[in-house]
Amino acid sequence: MRTLAVPAQLRRFAGPALGLGVLALALAWVGYRAFGAGFGAGGNVPSLLIISLNGLTLAGLYFITAAGFTLIFGLMRVVNMAHGSLYLLGGYVAWSLTANHGVGFWPALVAAAFAGGGVGLIMQQLFLRWNLGQDLRQALITIAVSIILADQMLVHFGGIAETITPPGRLADSVRLHVYGLQYPAFRLFVLGAALAVGCGLWAGIKRTRFGMVVRAGVDDRSMTSALGINVQFVFAIAFFVGSALAALGGVFGGTMLSLAPGEDSNFLLSSLVVVIIGGLGSLGGAALGALLLGLVEQLSSFYLPASYTSDSILLTFALLIVVLAIRPAGFFGRTA
Amino acid sequence: MSARRAWAATWYGVVAGVLLVAALCPVLFSTYFTSAVAVIVLWTGLAAASLTFLAGYGGMISLAQTALFGVAGFMVAKLSVEQHWNAWLAALAALGVAVGVGLLFGAIASGSEGIYFLMITLAFAMLTYYYFLQAPTFGAHEGINGVMPPKLLGDPVLHPTRIYYAALICCVLIYAGVRYLGRTAFGLTLQGLRDDPVRMSALGYTVRLHRTLAFASAAFIASVAGVLSAWDNTRISPGSIDITRTIDILTVAVIGGLYRLEGAWVGAFIFVMLDTYARGLSDRFETYIGLVFLAIVIVSPDGVTGLARTIDRRIRELTGGGAKPPQSPATPTEGAAA
Repeated sequence: MRTLAVPAQLRRFAGPALGLGVLALALAWVGYRAFGAGFGAGGNVPSLLIISLNGLTLAGLYFITAAGFTLIFGLMRVVNMAHGSLYLLGGYVAWSLTANHGVGFWPALVAAAFAGGGVGLIMQQLFLRWNLGQDLRQALITIAVSIILADQMLVHFGGIAETITPPGRLADSVRLHVYGLQYPAFRLFVLGAALAVGCGLWAGIKRTRFGMVVRAGVDDRSMTSALGINVQFVFAIAFFVGSALAALGGVFGGTMLSLAPGEDSNFLLSSLVVVIIGGLGSLGGAALGALLLGLVEQLSSFYLPASYTSDSILLTFALLIVVLAIRPAGFFGRTA
Repeated sequence: MSARRAWAATWYGVVAGVLLVAALCPVLFSTYFTSAVAVIVLWTGLAAASLTFLAGYGGMISLAQTALFGVAGFMVAKLSVEQHWNAWLAALAALGVAVGVGLLFGAIASGSEGIYFLMITLAFAMLTYYYFLQAPTFGAHEGINGVMPPKLLGDPVLHPTRIYYAALICCVLIYAGVRYLGRTAFGLTLQGLRDDPVRMSALGYTVRLHRTLAFASAAFIASVAGVLSAWDNTRISPGSIDITRTIDILTVAVIGGLYRLEGAWVGAFIFVMLDTYARGLSDRFETYIGLVFLAIVIVSPDGVTGLARTIDRRIRELTGGGAKPPQSPATPTEGAAA
């Protein structure tokens, strides 16, 4: 219909305009609160730095967790609703090894990654291998697995919040050399680890033969298979790596924050929001989504007027709305 | 009488019997059963029906139904307990607010399909939960206590008969309403969109608008369930809409048959019976629920009603041909689009 042409044009600009407007307002507000009292040590700049670092390191944690989620989806079109459970499982395994069995942090980290990856791999081999392509059914299956895992973890690890002790020097704080600030070394380490994971995955996917096979499998599963490549084997590896990343996130999260029943759904939510914002299956999208989510969460919990602090979750929701209004498939999402 | 007729008669007999028992439940069973099982079955079924309506008619599997249920429940609780509104008026306002939120959710989520829709609505459900968990205006994690249903419905704890019939009337009206809706132009468009959105949009239908309206209708169903639950429990807390409850409602719908409207109440009956009588048998109730859920998704994606239909069809075939029974309104074609 011809009459629809103008509204369609309008709509195309209304979305981005709305998004940019909201962003500008938010930045102006944060800027006013942060720099309004001047740049001295008595002003609000030091707290802005700390809050931003909190946001960045949280984004690093979100990225590590969500990268596994988006990797699995990108290759197999499986939305793994048990991803949060694998996160919590990894954290609990590392906690139990370090706190109860006297294992060092690093061996426990490796063991946790293997445990998470192993459970994910078993789930994939038992329940997801034979119904490839039935994405809703697979999502329901992983939901069922997450119910079982959550209850079993409650049995084995209890309902009290636990925290993993960081190793040696990472337990200390580092000096930032500005305003005499100090910052927990482990959180900075997580940020570095996120960068390493991101670069590693990027190089692995873009620069190796295995990554080439993975990319071919994403684009055309049956053709890749017809070329004599064992696609099921590639899927199994990818599922293992994706689940291991969730478990790795759990170890970092359990050290940075804490482990408790409910954290599984918390991190499933963050992974969902990150990939909805960034676009399912895109690594760069996951990085951007994690950055936005981490910063919005931290900045909003600090800079919202005091009586509205409890509404900070609405800003996450607003972020989701704005992004979906501009790009319905997320920033780097490809529509099917 | 041929065997086929006899089977059909038995089938109708069973359905009529179930309806009769439902109608006479407070007379036939103890007060405890009525308040601890029957009323809960009705509003849980209603909440699940809002999901099966969307899935069956619109092909949209939404996990945001508990969120809308919660919005209505919290609104009715806040308005009647803290603002001292008349209970009926509060219920009406709560329905309005929840449908409004449903319109917003629907407008955002309607741009996506299938698995994306599931993810976005799950994110909505969790964001709503965290909002109510933190918002002091809604009692934060305490929730709101002391919600009283209208005078007409009496005390839901001591005399559940009236709230039971109120819930039953809501269920029957909504069931009939949805069946009617399915035959209207809107309902048919919706089913067309479920089966082939591309062709429907080529025919000139606005896909997103219809999906949004369907979502708002489902929001209405879920919010009726939310109001009934707040009245029945005399309270509501974020625990009533957390991720576990969201998955419980999904479990109910899957047990009953995700694409069958009446399956919602069948699933709710099985779930609430297990919840009431089997939870005490083992500390690991959730694990068993998870295993049942897993088994159903693997063995019979159509749930119990799907299983019953399969048996029905087999017996009809065995007892001598006859016309093929009509296909279920929704043949899940998941994966075909992927």
